[in-house]
Amino acid sequence: MSLRNVAIVYRKELTEALRDRRTLISSILIPLLLFPVLAVGIAYTAAELIGEASREPSRIMVLGGADSPAIVDGLRQVKNLRVIPATDNYVDLISNKKIRAAVDIPPGFQAAIDRGERPDVKIYVFSGDLKSAFGATRIEKFFAEYRDAAVRRRLAAQQLPETLMKPFDIHQQNVVSAEKVAGETYGGLIPYLAILMCMTGAMYPAMDLTAGEKERGTMETILSSPIKRTHLVFGKFLLVLTASLATATLSVISMGASFAILARLTPVEGAAESFPVMPMHAQTIVAVFAMALPVAVLFSAVLITISLFARSFKEAQSYLTPMTFIVLIPAVAAVLPGLELTPKLALIPILNVSLLCKELVTGTYHWNYIALIFLSTCLYAGAALFLAVKMFQRESVLFSS
Amino acid sequence: MIEVRNLSKRFYDKKRGEIRAVDNISFRCQPGQVYGLLGANGAGKTTTLRMLATILEPTDGTALVCGCDIVEHPEKVRAKVGFLSTATALYPRLTARELVQYFGRLNGLDNSILNKRVDAIFDRLDMNGFRDRRCDKLSTGMKQKTSIARTLVHDPPVMIFDEPTLGLDIMTARTITAFIRECRDLGKTVIFSTHIMSEVEKLCDIIGIIQDGKLLAEGTLAQLREKYHEQDLEEIFVKVVAPHYTPAEDH
Repeated sequence: MSLRNVAIVYRKELTEALRDRRTLISSILIPLLLFPVLAVGIAYTAAELIGEASREPSRIMVLGGADSPAIVDGLRQVKNLRVIPATDNYVDLISNKKIRAAVDIPPGFQAAIDRGERPDVKIYVFSGDLKSAFGATRIEKFFAEYRDAAVRRRLAAQQLPETLMKPFDIHQQNVVSAEKVAGETYGGLIPYLAILMCMTGAMYPAMDLTAGEKERGTMETILSSPIKRTHLVFGKFLLVLTASLATATLSVISMGASFAILARLTPVEGAAESFPVMPMHAQTIVAVFAMALPVAVLFSAVLITISLFARSFKEAQSYLTPMTFIVLIPAVAAVLPGLELTPKLALIPILNVSLLCKELVTGTYHWNYIALIFLSTCLYAGAALFLAVKMFQRESVLFSS
Repeated sequence: MIEVRNLSKRFYDKKRGEIRAVDNISFRCQPGQVYGLLGANGAGKTTTLRMLATILEPTDGTALVCGCDIVEHPEKVRAKVGFLSTATALYPRLTARELVQYFGRLNGLDNSILNKRVDAIFDRLDMNGFRDRRCDKLSTGMKQKTSIARTLVHDPPVMIFDEPTLGLDIMTARTITAFIRECRDLGKTVIFSTHIMSEVEKLCDIIGIIQDGKLLAEGTLAQLREKYHEQDLEEIFVKVVAPHYTPAEDH
């Protein structure tokens, strides 16, 4: 292997790539902008919407309740509830979002409670509508408090302790670090993103350096030079790998920055809890990238091999687009809660690295799995690279017309 | 020198089955000579020249280029050959100078020798006005000069031209024919393919007429005129090819 020749090809391909607007957009601009726009934009907008919904007073209707004035008065005094006069078309009003909910108080409700009966209260809502849910929750909270007060009154009348109805409390206590909580909550996102971006970053240059070269008529030019085809394919492969890793690195940096910004924004009270900050240690980042490297090699080699069969850039695009879905499925599967590494899953390419990286992010290092996954991915990557070299030596592939 | 020995190339096509693109051809071309390979579209010219440039591998037979076997030492052969065709395009995002330097490096030239040689070629071909312009911004004539500079940068003793004037305007085509003559005068072995009779008459020392992958006739223009009792090369070509002619697709 002549490293000099590989380096000559790599340098030339890099020069061309850096002068190509489409490569710069796909490898640098998109990964840098994707996350601030997606994560910050969408999350901030969602938080703003939730905040707005939580602050908005809910217009509700009380159906019946004429013989339970204390209840109706109590509802009128609840903060952020606006009781409007009852009408028969409350279902339409809820459906059209003119009111958020309606509560049906049965006749003789208050008297029935006093008699120790068990009447039902119905709350009519628009399921799935956030503002309707807020209205219903406020109503339900009022009635829950009213019920608790009734229980306390009855117990006091019988001279019984309040603990009779609630002899013990139940609490859940988190025993793992905030880092692990955050890792478990959205730690899967990082490897998912890294894998997806390894693929996205490799795709354009892989097509440009093979099918693009055929289309532009430079393939015959380069094949007439004394360079060995193995050196040529290695030089091209290294450029695709560079683009793949650059895109993945920029995406992860961009995502880290987005989360940091997101944590600072905290537009709604308590939002910091819904977006726990995930402190990423240098060793975790190194570990994630060490695992992403063979994946990037695998993608680069596979994409070069496939796009080499295409005669034009457009044809290569039609071959590679389905590849995105093939990669997405195992990558998305890793984000699903509950899916954990097993020796069998550790042999499935992409899925194995996704699952492992999810654990690495939470600070868990299963060295057996790390070794197995790293070696198996290296093996797949090596096989893909070998195939790429072989395809570069096949005339029917290089001169397909 | 080029010595072609029983060279054959077969392709397999799903619809047409086995295709004998080049069928057992042999010929020789000496230094300081221009060998013209004359044939219709799909006759096998491009496949023959691609095999000589080691871009394609022969199915049978071989050829020696400056003593190197094209099958056994393809890289060595390519280092001795300058290959130019209308299919050998330029990298659009490199400048003319960068492109020529790139091919010089691939041919193993050190920077000091390379830069001197590139400067000399650019002076000789009058290319300094566009040396730092990207290839996608060059005119057709400038592109042809850059292609010529690419084939010359490693000073190869053998030049192979595959229909080099195809689709070019007359002025650009003249640059190419002048360059071919210059190569011959410099003592290089030149082989080129065409279907333009006037180019053959003007340039070639030996003419080989090829059809269906077979070399049907060979000789100097004078020998062919005498053998086929015709003065006009086109008439000679038709006489040779007509009995074998079936319209063919390009390989």
